[in-house]
Amino acid sequence: MKLTLKIWRQKNNQASGKFETYPLDGVSPDMSFLEMLDVLNNELIEKGIDPVAFDHDCREGICGMCSLFINGEAHGPDRGVTTCQLHMRKFKDGDTITIEPFRAKAFPVIKDLVVDRSSFDRIQHAGGYISVNTSGNTQDANAIPISKHAADEAMDAATCIGCGACVATCKNASAMLFVAAKVSQYALLPQGRVEATDRVLNMVKQMDLEGFGNCTNTGACEIECPKGISLENIARMNREFLKASV
Amino acid sequence: MAINTKSSIGRKVLMSLSALFLLFFLFQHFLINVTSVFSPDLFNELSHFMGTNPLVQFALQPVLIFGVVFHFVMGFVLEIQNKKARGVNYASYNGGANASWASRNMLISGAVILAFLGLHFYDFWIPEIAHKYIHFAPEDPNRYFGELQHKFTDIIRVVLYSLSFVLLALHLNHGFQSAFQSVGFNDKKYTPALKKIGKWYSILIPLGFVFIAIFHYINQL
Repeated sequence: MKLTLKIWRQKNNQASGKFETYPLDGVSPDMSFLEMLDVLNNELIEKGIDPVAFDHDCREGICGMCSLFINGEAHGPDRGVTTCQLHMRKFKDGDTITIEPFRAKAFPVIKDLVVDRSSFDRIQHAGGYISVNTSGNTQDANAIPISKHAADEAMDAATCIGCGACVATCKNASAMLFVAAKVSQYALLPQGRVEATDRVLNMVKQMDLEGFGNCTNTGACEIECPKGISLENIARMNREFLKASV
Repeated sequence: MAINTKSSIGRKVLMSLSALFLLFFLFQHFLINVTSVFSPDLFNELSHFMGTNPLVQFALQPVLIFGVVFHFVMGFVLEIQNKKARGVNYASYNGGANASWASRNMLISGAVILAFLGLHFYDFWIPEIAHKYIHFAPEDPNRYFGELQHKFTDIIRVVLYSLSFVLLALHLNHGFQSAFQSVGFNDKKYTPALKKIGKWYSILIPLGFVFIAIFHYINQL
């Protein structure tokens, strides 16, 4: 495949970036999108050009590190996948592909396509945990009866990998789906109920402080989420927030 | 402890509560208006009641005006906040790939509805307030049907009304189910039925208002 890549280049957080155009030949349809970028970077290094910086780690759709806004969509045109799981067979020979970083005030660009998603970490620190005794006398979790339904829903919420595609794709750059998943995974379990009130209030407060936008229920986040986190989690977070407020 | 109305969730809950109130108001407004199609007397009777009942005039009307103003002002405030939250805009953004036009453009449909409300207030509400509280004109319980008919002699007004109701339909299409989601109602069993009710509501109510306008226009040709 022969492609034309329009890639956002930005030296650092303070620099003003711009798009650079790179032609790329010899791309296999079986390559992953990140492997295609590896090929490009090899060419750029050979030419003495600074390679394109982009986030990646496991390349198995597990870690949530890879980001990228490809042709106007978070993680590209495929559904239920991260960028590392996107394959070049989704594109046609001769295509021009526009690649941008995830855009949100709360996700500042570090370099090129790499963004700082530590705002998600700070939201987690605000309440995305349970306080348990880890001295060796910890109660066996299986000793607490939990319904299959609640366990399944909690597990579904816990599959969120914090990639930030929900924020990137939302027209409001809202982080509601991420925060809702993190609130839900505990709210559904008895171990999480103890600190449920403080958790939802503190996590929502931190989310607002980070500068994310407001949810307008467009549902784009649910569709783009590589883990299929449902909007039901946002409704649950709204209920948790209302319960905690009154 | 009260709901933090400065928080993003607090604000969306307030938006949805005002929306649910306006959905109810629109429904009763339609029920009254539709009587003008088959019974001018019943329309006059209901309009006279709404126009003279102290509870409606001095309790519900101020609540309605507050609800409308709040919904619009908060809608604009949230839109500005949301634009700021993006920071730098995307060069390429395929919003239609994962969200409906109606859900992405509530501000546009809302602005058209706001402009329509301006015309609607000019047509009916301001003359009504002037009639009752400025000129202190004697109340004629049979005047309402004639006033309604008179407004729909003008084809331009009928077209403007009809176009506005298309945008209202789009606004309601997203807003109905969105209001329930915002107050935390999303249930596997009941939400699909609620979404269907919302779709029918968003089509039938605006279509009904358009029908009423066209009916009175044609009747006076």
